[in-house]
Amino acid sequence: MNMIEINNVSMRFNLAREKSESLKEYFLQMIHGKLQFDEFYALRNVSFNVEKGDFFGLIGLNGSGKSTLLKVISGVYKPTEGSTKVHGSIAPLIELGAGFDMDLTARENIYLNGTVLGFTPKYIDEKFDEIVEFSELRDFLDVPLKNYSSGMVARIGFAIATITQPDVLIADEILSVGDFLFQQKCEARMNELLAKGTTVILVSHSIQQIERNCNKVAWLEKGHLKMVGDTATVCEQYKQTHRE
Amino acid sequence: MELLKAYCKDFWRYRFLLYNLVGRDFKLKYRRSILGVVWSVLNPLLMNVVMVIVFSTIMDMRSGGISNFSVYLIIGQLLFNFFNEATSVAMGSVLGSATLLRKVYIPKYIFPLEKVCFSLVNCLFSFIALIIVMIFTRAPLHLTVPLALYPLLTLFVFSLGIGLVLATLAVFFRDVMHLWGVFTTALMYFSAIFYDPMGLAPSAAVSFLQRFISFNPIYWYITAFRGAVLDGRLLTGSELLVCGGCALVALAVGLVVFRKQQDKFVLHM
Repeated sequence: MNMIEINNVSMRFNLAREKSESLKEYFLQMIHGKLQFDEFYALRNVSFNVEKGDFFGLIGLNGSGKSTLLKVISGVYKPTEGSTKVHGSIAPLIELGAGFDMDLTARENIYLNGTVLGFTPKYIDEKFDEIVEFSELRDFLDVPLKNYSSGMVARIGFAIATITQPDVLIADEILSVGDFLFQQKCEARMNELLAKGTTVILVSHSIQQIERNCNKVAWLEKGHLKMVGDTATVCEQYKQTHRE
Repeated sequence: MELLKAYCKDFWRYRFLLYNLVGRDFKLKYRRSILGVVWSVLNPLLMNVVMVIVFSTIMDMRSGGISNFSVYLIIGQLLFNFFNEATSVAMGSVLGSATLLRKVYIPKYIFPLEKVCFSLVNCLFSFIALIIVMIFTRAPLHLTVPLALYPLLTLFVFSLGIGLVLATLAVFFRDVMHLWGVFTTALMYFSAIFYDPMGLAPSAAVSFLQRFISFNPIYWYITAFRGAVLDGRLLTGSELLVCGGCALVALAVGLVVFRKQQDKFVLHM
């Protein structure tokens, strides 16, 4: 069964060079006929499907469109062309702690971020201890988040996003901030969710991590889909290309 | 109709988020101030005292036939401030949530809606100041007071509509944020906050003002509210019509404009 269908997706950005941020500039540019943008395609005609239960890896160099693709899938961007379809709920981990307010305490943020993800306060009440347990930050619960280190923020963010059993979990290089113990813990949690039927999409620059966890991999290069298939074949090809 | 249904479904799913965001704004507004929420009452009260002194003793505007100038003034101040605050903060709400909107999918109209709700909560607190002034000036309590809910709620909807349009404009043209401040200042003088346009001595300028001011929806909301609370009269048919009509038109325009542009927001932040 297809969990995520990506059909011929293209994503175009207008580069900021001539972007008019004031009315006067806008009209001046319009009169002078300069109101054109440098177009830039972050994704071009990308199509593939992710099946239920896949641990799907996305690889590619910086700027190849991995994060853009994740944002298209999670609904942050609307693709310029093509369409995506996701069957079921998504837990997006595009950037851990994106919905946090740094002036609030961790306790307040757990509730705020939980509702951003669409949970009810009652549900968060029930899972509160589990979240705190997983993040190992019980002693710092009433400290404003601005005094936290980035690793600590990531712990809370990951703990909140994974308390539920989402149909699709999207993880964008989130594991790079935590220490290795926490990384192991996160991987264990992802595999646990996977065993219960969640489909996981993982972006990582660590090819070892991809090889260790994923069963399928898509390789993006400059916005084009270069290869998609099982992990061993794609990773082998990827490593060969970039060794030269 | 389909559109409205989708909005309602989203709204129901994210109602806790709305509640939590209002709670956050409230906490942050009063964090580290000793009197905290008391300022919501004290601020309009002190402003009222200042303005009563300025307008009744120095400029002597009492003679316009206004029976209870303090109450007349504070109603104008409170409602105008609500509109002013709601639209100004709603305007920056989408831009201010850029970090969040770029990472997670949330229905974007939540942000202007939240800010207008937050302003309403503030406004409700400051009604305590109105009650204090009414007690202090021995204003009679009329049975028609509950009718004041109508202009208040329609003003809420009206502000939301305007806020949605402003939030959309502000994403594309930051200039709007500066311009709106100037506009609301001008609007304040044409909202009859500290004078009664119908009680001014007749002249050519005054009759122009009277005609001109009837195009200002804010004036209608304030007048209807004063009618119910201060004069103890029922709302007139034209008040019902203008207050409700402006609110619905503003909301419809706001929703259409916002919806049409919202997919482009992330590309401009």
